[in-house]
Amino acid sequence: MTTYGSGGRPRGERGALASIGLHAGLLLAVAISLFPVVWLVLTSLKPRDGWLSSELRLFDDSSLDNYARVLTATEFPRWLLNSVLTAGLTMVAGVLLAATTGYAVSRFRFPGHRGVMWLLLVTQMFPVAILIVPLYNLMAGLGLLNQIPGLVIAYMTIAVPFCAWMMKSYFDTVPIEIDQAGLVDGLTPFGVFRRVVLPLARPGIAVTAFYCFMTAWGEVGYATVFMSQEDKRTLGVGLQQFVGQHWSDWGLMTASAVLIAIPAGAVFLLVQRHLVTGLTAGATKA
Amino acid sequence: MAVSTRNAAAADARGRRRAGPGRLRRSFGAHWYAWAMVAPVLAVMLVLIGWPLARGVYLSLTDATEANIGRTIGVNVIPSTYEFVGLDNYLRILTSELFWDKLLWTVIWTVACVALHYGVGLALAVMLNRKLRFRSVYRVLLILPWAVPAFVAAFVWRYLYNSDYGVINGMLKLAGLGPVGWLDDPVTAKAAVIAVNVWIGVPFMMVALLGGLQSIPAELYEAAEVDGAGPWQRFRAITLPGLRQVSSTVILLGTIWTFNMFPIIFLVTRGGPGSETEILVTYAFREAFTGIRDYSGSAAWGVIILLMLVVLAVGYRRTLRSQGDPW
Repeated sequence: MTTYGSGGRPRGERGALASIGLHAGLLLAVAISLFPVVWLVLTSLKPRDGWLSSELRLFDDSSLDNYARVLTATEFPRWLLNSVLTAGLTMVAGVLLAATTGYAVSRFRFPGHRGVMWLLLVTQMFPVAILIVPLYNLMAGLGLLNQIPGLVIAYMTIAVPFCAWMMKSYFDTVPIEIDQAGLVDGLTPFGVFRRVVLPLARPGIAVTAFYCFMTAWGEVGYATVFMSQEDKRTLGVGLQQFVGQHWSDWGLMTASAVLIAIPAGAVFLLVQRHLVTGLTAGATKA
Repeated sequence: MAVSTRNAAAADARGRRRAGPGRLRRSFGAHWYAWAMVAPVLAVMLVLIGWPLARGVYLSLTDATEANIGRTIGVNVIPSTYEFVGLDNYLRILTSELFWDKLLWTVIWTVACVALHYGVGLALAVMLNRKLRFRSVYRVLLILPWAVPAFVAAFVWRYLYNSDYGVINGMLKLAGLGPVGWLDDPVTAKAAVIAVNVWIGVPFMMVALLGGLQSIPAELYEAAEVDGAGPWQRFRAITLPGLRQVSSTVILLGTIWTFNMFPIIFLVTRGGPGSETEILVTYAFREAFTGIRDYSGSAAWGVIILLMLVVLAVGYRRTLRSQGDPW
């Protein structure tokens, strides 16, 4: 971790002024990065109409009123369930399908290897707009509008290439000697993958799965048009109702935002170190 | 079967990096399992992406709208009546002022966001890479925005920007200034959405670049300092080149993501005021799903956006490769 500092002359040594500057800069950045989140939590704890003021009063008469309303008087629990189901299914299908591909492009130089890598990258570029219309018509034809499986299918177009890409970078970090040892012991390439490499890549799979979950969890475009029925909405769509064109209730909005962000944030902070490695390692070694 | 697989595997293990298609049959023998492993994803991509894509391209060459596309109402099946119109949609879009307006704003949006992501991210990464008390605390706190789902962030910021109850105007009032209708004026609305996207995107850049910084050997800095290089010279001569691999990747990814960043604009300003903050992607979406749904027009926008990104990515990679990067 320490990049500076080695015997003799102390390195990276700064004057007091530089230290103050450094901490001041970082504190400012922390303030900016935290403020919206802190304000969100504070607003959600205000009483029912507390959001109607921007006064900076803290914990004056805080209450859990907004939370109670969100959980009992709105469709929020339903949307939450829809979101969890959709994102969960997307995650499972994405990881299952993508694991072998990630392994193949990581290990084997087969004809078509470059093509597959390129395909995975190009599909990352797909704007919502190009697939959404044909997918919408396709779903309408198959009767899959307002159905969770329909939305999962739409999300597979985002999740599968993405998962394969991330899995590749994790397999890249597993030494190839392990595969070779497995082959020498008489396993087939599939056997090596299933019995040797897959167990070793478990942390990578976990991170990929999580990222995949979050991608589906936070998607708004597809969900907005595919799930128009009230009780089929996901969170990203449903929440738009709380702050519509003519009527808004920021109390409901902030309370639900906190309910959504806190569990996701907690898991996120646990895995974030690996997220970046997964994304960038794969790309730099392509 | 098992025997032949083992032989193939052994052959592959020996000649792994050798690119030798050779005879088709030998190639199949040596690579069939690799192809088998890739097959599920290829099948999914072909069915779920390839087919809709082909249909999208076809739709973009027709005059399909909500009114003339085939549909089923109850038991009545209404057949499609839209017609093939060739490149009409493309001509209409490319000759419209609106497209060039939106393109200009999308480019400004992308360049501003990615430049700020990278600049701020690099600055923070360099600061965090120094010996420093509370370093890991800073790091965790700075990563926090990344953990907030984009649509939640969009709503939070919309609340902060609210002209009546927003805390930003509240602070302006405390400072004795008048309130600003942040999302009602084209200029402030544009600045506002850029600020939101920068807030969300900096943590990723920061962590990625921090990883890159930590992989630069400390000896390089020591040697440079012995040679009398100042901080700025060390930054130019060691840090920036050392970060090239990571930088080129995150910049390309960031550009693609920002260009297509849908939820922020869709949820913070809804494209408004007017359609001032609408980028190409959100515009194409609105075209397809509001008013009389113009499916063909929206598909044509989509194809144009995709082509631009492919050209960008190919050009970018080619430039990097010509400069000797393996990417």
